[in-house]
Amino acid sequence: MAVAALEREILAMRSRRQLYSMIGLLLVIAVLVSGYSKANSMNSGSFIDGLSKFFDYPSAIVLEAWAAGPKLIALIWHFLPFMLETLNIAAVATLIGGAIAMALAMASTRNVDSYGPLIPVVRRIMDITRAFPELIIALFLIFILGSSPIPAMIAVAFHTSGALGKLFSEVNENIDRKPIEGLSACGASWLQRIRFAVLPQVAPNYLSYFLLRFEINVRASAILGFVGAGGIGAELSRTIGWGQGAGDETAAIFILLFVSIMIIDQTSSYLRGKLVGASQVH
Amino acid sequence: MAIDTLQLDMDRQEILSRVRMRSLFTIAVPLLILMYFAYTWFAFDVPSLIERAQPSRAVLLATDAVAYKVHVTKDIRRGGIEVAVEGERNGTYEEGQYPDWVDISGDDGFVDLGEGYSVEIIGQTMRFSVPGYGVIETTATKKGVSTVLPAGDVPDWLKDDPRKLDARPTLARRVQVTKTKIEVHNYFGGWENFWFTFRSPLQDMSTGELWTLATSSERLDPDQSNVAFIFHEFLSNPDWQHGEVFKALFETIMMAVLGTLIAAFVGLPLAFLAAKNFTPSLFLRFGVRRVFDFLRGIDMLIWSLIFIRAFGLGPLTGSLAIAFTDTGTLGKLFSEALENIDQKQVEGVRSTGANQLQRYRYAVIPQILPVFVSQVLYYLESNTRSATVIGALGAGGIGLMLVETMRTSRDWENTSYIISLTIVVVILMDQASSWLRRKLIEG
Repeated sequence: MAVAALEREILAMRSRRQLYSMIGLLLVIAVLVSGYSKANSMNSGSFIDGLSKFFDYPSAIVLEAWAAGPKLIALIWHFLPFMLETLNIAAVATLIGGAIAMALAMASTRNVDSYGPLIPVVRRIMDITRAFPELIIALFLIFILGSSPIPAMIAVAFHTSGALGKLFSEVNENIDRKPIEGLSACGASWLQRIRFAVLPQVAPNYLSYFLLRFEINVRASAILGFVGAGGIGAELSRTIGWGQGAGDETAAIFILLFVSIMIIDQTSSYLRGKLVGASQVH
Repeated sequence: MAIDTLQLDMDRQEILSRVRMRSLFTIAVPLLILMYFAYTWFAFDVPSLIERAQPSRAVLLATDAVAYKVHVTKDIRRGGIEVAVEGERNGTYEEGQYPDWVDISGDDGFVDLGEGYSVEIIGQTMRFSVPGYGVIETTATKKGVSTVLPAGDVPDWLKDDPRKLDARPTLARRVQVTKTKIEVHNYFGGWENFWFTFRSPLQDMSTGELWTLATSSERLDPDQSNVAFIFHEFLSNPDWQHGEVFKALFETIMMAVLGTLIAAFVGLPLAFLAAKNFTPSLFLRFGVRRVFDFLRGIDMLIWSLIFIRAFGLGPLTGSLAIAFTDTGTLGKLFSEALENIDQKQVEGVRSTGANQLQRYRYAVIPQILPVFVSQVLYYLESNTRSATVIGALGAGGIGLMLVETMRTSRDWENTSYIISLTIVVVILMDQASSWLRRKLIEG
């Protein structure tokens, strides 16, 4: 009967599906196991040896920080301006990158009446800016401009414009077109339509992504400092380079980094929850 | 037809005050941002940065990245003239096989740099004729160099110092004289010896010739087949170090893949413990959530520094740093997805008498699988970029290689080669992950 045939087919499909899942799972496990052993052999120290040493460094730092006692507060105070510099790098980069991203997003979505022939071009531009790791641009600019926060700022802004641009244009794709049509019926220009029909719709989502990006950029700027772009990363690289004896300073920087990242993280997720509703927060 | 009349539930005064607030807002926010930019302009010390910037380095870098130079070097102490690509030992031309713009007879030589520029080397003296300027004559002495310049102002491309003469009238021509050597650089476009090194028997072969060689049974090297020989010659090219670069790239990708997979498979079970609807114990839930926050808050930078101390250089270090940070991030994301699942499907499966494990397998996992797959792929892609950065901190891989070639700033074409390869890999990972995401979630 037809039902029996259907059931047979369903059974066959199910077993094929299970086979695919099994193959996929086995593949992932194979990658994990072989990758781990390969990585272990390529590493200069092995996993098992390292495991016993894993707590040596953190505990050494904690002990030195403990020994420093109240001096630690003074050290944290001392490093605060450097943390501020890192935050400034991230903030300026996010603002500039976000502004560029907004322009790119408005020029690359059919839904907001972007100029057609430009759309694929702008999309490719965003792909490329997104692909550039910040590190490369930062190192390049440090070579030309010297050690300073500016190279890091430009590098982060460059990457941000592409990354945010993509997210923004995805937001643009999901807006309601009725306000745009209403405004164009009144004879509004493209800029007026963007200003009065698109921006009010996308603003909460844009702001939410913007905050998320700021959080990511703070981490990125701290890392870029480590390769010579100033800020807290540069200080960290200095104290770590000294090795023994600077453990209290390293601890102070670690605490500062941890606390500021936590504060930004919590604040931004609270604000994003307010902006777009808790269910949509990524 | 009835016409709707707008019923306002606010009075006129309130509306007006709201509009005023809004317009104030639209002026104040950009103003605040501008003020902030002005503050950072001075906090970052932009004016002095502009002063210190060396745009000439950018030009140098740009030309060097797409060009190579051939050195003609006269060693004054030992005598004799050498012609070498980039001045490297394994790029040295054999005697009698010099390029046709160099003419060497014994200790003396004549270098034709084109367009009327030429350099004559006689004993310890170098005569550089520059069209439109004249002849620069420099002699290397025991103490340094003595230079005779044409009459008139000294142009800014010429640095005349008692210890060293450096003349670079055009980007592609440069002469340097010190008391120990006379060195002429002639620049050419392209990447020299990219495929095979100078001494390799394959150096001058075209693609077609290589193909015939690869398919022919006559062995160039009796120990290995021709194909293996070609690959070996390519990968062991000492100028470009293809083998090393590919290995470093592989390490970087491995860091990203291993790190993300570990994070995903550790984060998923932990996420069940952090989700309200799966773990009734407030204490446990709170604990697991704080673990996630802690892992995330420490940041990849600090994790990699700790792991580099413990495990040394290598892909394992990088992947562990990525795994620790992302266990926190992915765990948080998964637990949010778990809290938002539809309870009806769980109830449906339960009504058939399924036990807890079966309920998870058939009612929960299918619901969060799309979130799981798409987030893991998304993080895989972004971790490919992170892995280059962690590498630069000291974990190894392509990032470290990039930092090293940049710090030594010896050959910028090597740097630009590594940069382009890195970007290609990142773009490929990006494309592959979005392709996989589409395939797995939509079909």
